[in-house]
Amino acid sequence: MDKEIVISVKDLTKKFGNFIAVDHITIQVSRGEIFGFLGANGAGKTTAMRILCGLSFPTSGTGTVAGYDIIRQAEEIKRHIGYMSQKFSLYEELTVWENLNLFATIYGMSAKDIKKKAGAVFEALGMENMRNVLVKEIPLGWKQKLAFTVATLHSPDIVFLDEPTGGVDPFTRRKFWEMIYRASSEGMTVFVTTHYLDEAEYCNRVSIMVDGHIKALDSPTGLKQRYHAETMDEVFRIVARGAKRWD
Amino acid sequence: MKNAVEIQGLTKLYGKLLALDHVSFSVSEGSLFGLIGPDGAGKTTLYQILTTLLNPDDGTATVAGLDVVKDYRKLRTEIGYMPEKFSLYPDLTVDENLHFFASLFGVDVKENFDLIAPIFGQLNKFPNRRAGALSGGMKQKLALSCALIHRPKVLLLDEPTTGVDAVSRSEFWDMLAALKANGITILVSTSYMDEAERCERIALINRGRILDVNSPGILIAGMDKNLYNATAKDMYPLLETLRTFPDVKDCYTFGATLHVVTNDGFNSDDAIGRLRHEGLADARIWPAKGTIEDLFIKLADKDG
Repeated sequence: MDKEIVISVKDLTKKFGNFIAVDHITIQVSRGEIFGFLGANGAGKTTAMRILCGLSFPTSGTGTVAGYDIIRQAEEIKRHIGYMSQKFSLYEELTVWENLNLFATIYGMSAKDIKKKAGAVFEALGMENMRNVLVKEIPLGWKQKLAFTVATLHSPDIVFLDEPTGGVDPFTRRKFWEMIYRASSEGMTVFVTTHYLDEAEYCNRVSIMVDGHIKALDSPTGLKQRYHAETMDEVFRIVARGAKRWD
Repeated sequence: MKNAVEIQGLTKLYGKLLALDHVSFSVSEGSLFGLIGPDGAGKTTLYQILTTLLNPDDGTATVAGLDVVKDYRKLRTEIGYMPEKFSLYPDLTVDENLHFFASLFGVDVKENFDLIAPIFGQLNKFPNRRAGALSGGMKQKLALSCALIHRPKVLLLDEPTTGVDAVSRSEFWDMLAALKANGITILVSTSYMDEAERCERIALINRGRILDVNSPGILIAGMDKNLYNATAKDMYPLLETLRTFPDVKDCYTFGATLHVVTNDGFNSDDAIGRLRHEGLADARIWPAKGTIEDLFIKLADKDG
């Protein structure tokens, strides 16, 4: 298999009883690509993402993530990816340093490596003075930068971002996307879900999930051409309009 | 026209932190008013004072003509409130939640059902599902139904569409328009700037201070004229290069293009020449039309 393909899944399906949450999805994502995983609430995005992260097994279908089999090597997958979500990313009652140390340890980094990397990271973020501050006391923009750093300190092949900018203001969202650009230019693959459709424009490719299927998959430019739309917002409305499973 | 919300010099301190700094504005009866500001601007504190959950340290506020401190008991019966965090009872079913809130306010569900019918209709399929097991969009519709069941005069919504997809958000705003047509005043905060443009008037808030209050159209018309679009195949190098230009004040991503805020002397042909010199052979620059989002970025940057 092409080693530049870091996510490759075929006919991934997940059933809960009679309900087909994910219905034969097939995706390939390349190294360093920013891949936008869009869909209406309830379309099956979270279920699909959990399978890709090794947190859930598919009912049928095959694939590899970071070179590991999604069924037989789920534990290996967890070690080679990073994960961040807006809903849960950091422990509020721990300090900035304690959070970094905890997550890096969970991801299997040695104490020596953590120390070495942490210094450089705090300097790059301009957070040297915040090392011992409780996370609940730092502003949201900082929290986000820290959450992304914590999820990527172990230099994973892929980082999964589940609505990383939900409820975040436009100014802070842009700062966050510049971190994504930088990570991608350094070769990290970024797999991201969002409800902000201007952010979909920043992705190299975008898929749109409707009722468990991937109904569209292309570059933002390609999708806009195909649906004769000016923006990704219009594309999303056209593609998602026929959805039966709706929130 | 009377004011449904009237705020004068409202100030709130948390220790040394000035969460609200002499905030003043008013919302006229029956209007749809937006509160727009970055995280930590003071929006939620303002909602907590208007809903009588917090007392201000200074200043006054009335909602539906009632003082937030003196008349707090009566005030609570006249407002509907949807806090940012889902706050229904997850262990009660859809129907139980609705009836619980109706009985708290001493009203009959049937009496006011016409108001919530268009919203609650979509939840009718599963009256016996526990609220905690609903999906995001459904929770939002149930929360709105519970906030409306006593037919409030003023509806206070704190970031109601966070985490909701584009199509459902658009439907939610159609529901707000219908409620407004029923004479209900709505004060809504949001981090989606397309939603800000659907309000009749908006207040821009940052660091506890109101920066401006006006209609979105007037606010946009009063903006900086030196705004351009820029594109190239390699957008990130383009962004970084433009930021080094002395005649570029600010540059940020804006959907499929970058937005470039420039000095008065900026010449786009000259800038394209300089970009080519830097190896960005396919760069294009042309004038852009400002939006509320541009205004927001400018204010947030200047202030923070």
